[in-house]
Amino acid sequence: MRARGWVASSLPLWAVFGALLLGMVLVGVAGAHPLRAYGELLRGAVADVFGLSTTLVKATPLLFAGLGVGIALRAGLFNIGAEGQIYLGGLAAALVGLYLQGLPSLLHVLLALAAGFLAGAAWGLVPGLLKVFRGVNEVITTLLMNYVGILLISLIVSGPLIEPGAPYPYTRPLADSALLPVIIPGTDAHAGIVLALVTALLLHALLARTTLGFYLRSVGLNPSASAAAGINVRAVLLVAMAGAGGLAGVAGAVEVIGLKHRLFENFSPGYGYDAVVVAFLSNGQPLGVVAMGVFFGALRSGANIMQRSVGVPVAIVFAIQGLAVLFLAASLAVQRRWTLPTLVAAPRSEAPRLAASIGAKHESS
Amino acid sequence: MSPLEYVLVLSYLTATVRLTTPIGLAAMGGVLSERSGVFNIALEGMMLFGALTGVLGSHYWGSPWAGTAAAAGVGAVLGLLLAYLSVTLGANQIVSGVALNLFAFGCTTFLARVLLRPAGIEQVPAFQPLVVPYLADLPLIGPVLFRQTPLVYAALVLAPALTLFLFRTPWGLGLRAVGEHPRAADTAGLKVAQMRYGAVVASGMLAGTAGAFLSLGHLNLFTENMSAGRGFIALAAVIFGKWHPLGALGAALLFGAADAFQLLIQTYNLGVPYQVPVMLPYLLALLALTGLVGRMAPPAAAGTPYRAEE
Repeated sequence: MRARGWVASSLPLWAVFGALLLGMVLVGVAGAHPLRAYGELLRGAVADVFGLSTTLVKATPLLFAGLGVGIALRAGLFNIGAEGQIYLGGLAAALVGLYLQGLPSLLHVLLALAAGFLAGAAWGLVPGLLKVFRGVNEVITTLLMNYVGILLISLIVSGPLIEPGAPYPYTRPLADSALLPVIIPGTDAHAGIVLALVTALLLHALLARTTLGFYLRSVGLNPSASAAAGINVRAVLLVAMAGAGGLAGVAGAVEVIGLKHRLFENFSPGYGYDAVVVAFLSNGQPLGVVAMGVFFGALRSGANIMQRSVGVPVAIVFAIQGLAVLFLAASLAVQRRWTLPTLVAAPRSEAPRLAASIGAKHESS
Repeated sequence: MSPLEYVLVLSYLTATVRLTTPIGLAAMGGVLSERSGVFNIALEGMMLFGALTGVLGSHYWGSPWAGTAAAAGVGAVLGLLLAYLSVTLGANQIVSGVALNLFAFGCTTFLARVLLRPAGIEQVPAFQPLVVPYLADLPLIGPVLFRQTPLVYAALVLAPALTLFLFRTPWGLGLRAVGEHPRAADTAGLKVAQMRYGAVVASGMLAGTAGAFLSLGHLNLFTENMSAGRGFIALAAVIFGKWHPLGALGAALLFGAADAFQLLIQTYNLGVPYQVPVMLPYLLALLALTGLVGRMAPPAAAGTPYRAEE
C-alpha cells in the first residue's frame, strides 16, 4: 500500500514524464534529435538570466489563471474560460492605466489589479449563473465565452482604443504609475511573479484554514451531502466561478501592466488554456499550481530557443500539455480502480465528480 | 426581387447550407455519443485532426474522397481513445475531452508546420459541387440545396437516417437505454461498454468528416486552428437540438445562418467591424443555451462511467 500511495501522489509527475517521452516521437517526426532538442529546451529555459527571466514572465499569467481554474476545480467546476477572462482582465487594467492619471504608483497598480479582478470575475460569473439557475454545463459556456471575450477586446483595441497611426491594433502606452516594477534589472522579469506566489500562499491558507475553503472543498467532493449539511451550494459555486474568473482577470491585468505596457489585440498566446492544464495536473492545489505553472512557463520559454536552434515548432509544447492531461486522466481512473476496495482512504486526490458538477441526475452507485 | 437581390439571397442561403454542414455533422456525432452516455467534449479536436488528415489524404492519394476517408479514420481512432478512457478506464470525460482538444490543437499545428510546409502542400484536390439532375434547376432551392458538395448531401441524409436508427430500431433503443439507465440495460442483456464504444467511435468519425469538410469542402487547404470553435458550437447545437439528430441539424442551421451572415457582412463591407458578426454565432449559441427553448435534460447517465458489479 505504501508504494502505491507514493506512486499515486506523484501521478502528475509521471503523467508529465510520459508526455515528454511521447513528445520525443513528435520531435523525431520534425526530423530533430530528441535528446538534443530537449537539451536546447532546457538550456533556453534556465541556462542564463535571460532564459530564467523569460520563464518567470511566462509563468506569471499561468500561475494566476491556473490558481483560478484550480479554485473552481476544487469546487467541482470546470472553468475552461480562463482565456476569455484573461482578456477581460487585461482590458479593465488597461483602461485604469490609460484613463486614471496622476495617482501614486502603488494605488494605481492596485486599482489596475482590482479592475482586472472585477472584470474577470464578472466574465466568470455569467457561466456560473447559467449553471446555477439554468443548469447549463459550464464547460460549453466558458468555452464559447472565450471567443466572445477575445473578439470583444479585438474590437475595442482596433476601434475606440487604438493608438492613432498604429500599424497594428494596440493602445497608447499606459501611465508609468500603473506599471509593475522590473525585479531582475536588464530583463523583462517583473514583480508579477512575486504577487503570484503570495496569492498562491494566501489561497492555500484559504482552502486549508477558512470556512469558505472548507465549503469549497466540501461542495467539490460531494455537493448533495454538502447541501444536506446546510451549505448553500449555489452560493459556493457562484463564489468559486467569480473567484476563478477574477484570478484569471488578474493574470490578464498583470500581463498588461507588467510586460506589455499597452493593451494589444490577441495579447495572450493561449495562457488561459495552459492554465487549465496546470490546474488539472495539480488537482487545484495552489502549491501544486506553482510547481506546474513554473514548469510550463519554462517549457514555453525554452521552446522558443528550441525552435530557433533545432527547428522543432513551439506548438509541440501544447501537444505535450494535452498528452500530460490525458495521461493524468487515465492514471487517476486506474488509481481509483486500485483503491476502490479501500475507498475510505482513497479520495484525497480524486478529481471532483463530473456528474455532480454538471447537475445531471446520476445513479447513486 | 431585382437580379442583384436575388444573387445576394442566393449566395447567403448557399453559404448558410455550406456552413451548417460541418457543425451539423459534428453535432450529430455529439448526439450519438451523448445518447449512449458519454460526453464528447473533444469534437473540436477531432474536427481539427479531420481537417489536417483530409488535406494530407487528398494530397497523397489525389482524391478528396480518400482524404475524407482518412479523416473519418483518424476521427475513429480518436473516438476509440476517448472511449477507452471514459468507458474502459472510467476516466473523467470532461478532463479527457479537454485534454484531447489541447493535444489536437498542439499536434495539428505542429504537424502542419512539419508535414505541410516543407513538402510544399498547399492547395489539394477538393470536392467539386455535385449537381443533382432536375432538382438543381428549381428556382432558388435548386442552386441552394442541389449544387453543393457531396458531404452536404451526406449531412442532409444522415439526420433522418440517424433519427430512424435511434428511435425506430432495436439498436437505437438499446443505445438510448444505455445512456439513460445502464444498469437496467445491462440487466436486460445489453452490452453497455460495447454500445458506448460504438457510439463514441461513430461520433469521432462524424467529427473527423466534419473536419474534412472544413478543409476540402470549400477551402481546399489547412489553416491552423481552422475549426475555430465550431466543435463547441456543435456541442451547443446538441443541447439546443435536445439530443435529437434532426434537432441538432436544425440548431446547426441556425448557427450556420449566423455564420453566413457574418461572411455576408464582411464580403459587402457594410462598415461594421468584422469582430461583431464573427462574434454572432458564439453569442447565439450562448443565448440558445440559456434555455430559450425550455429546460434541457441530457440523457440521465451521460457523463457517468458504468461498471458492472464485480
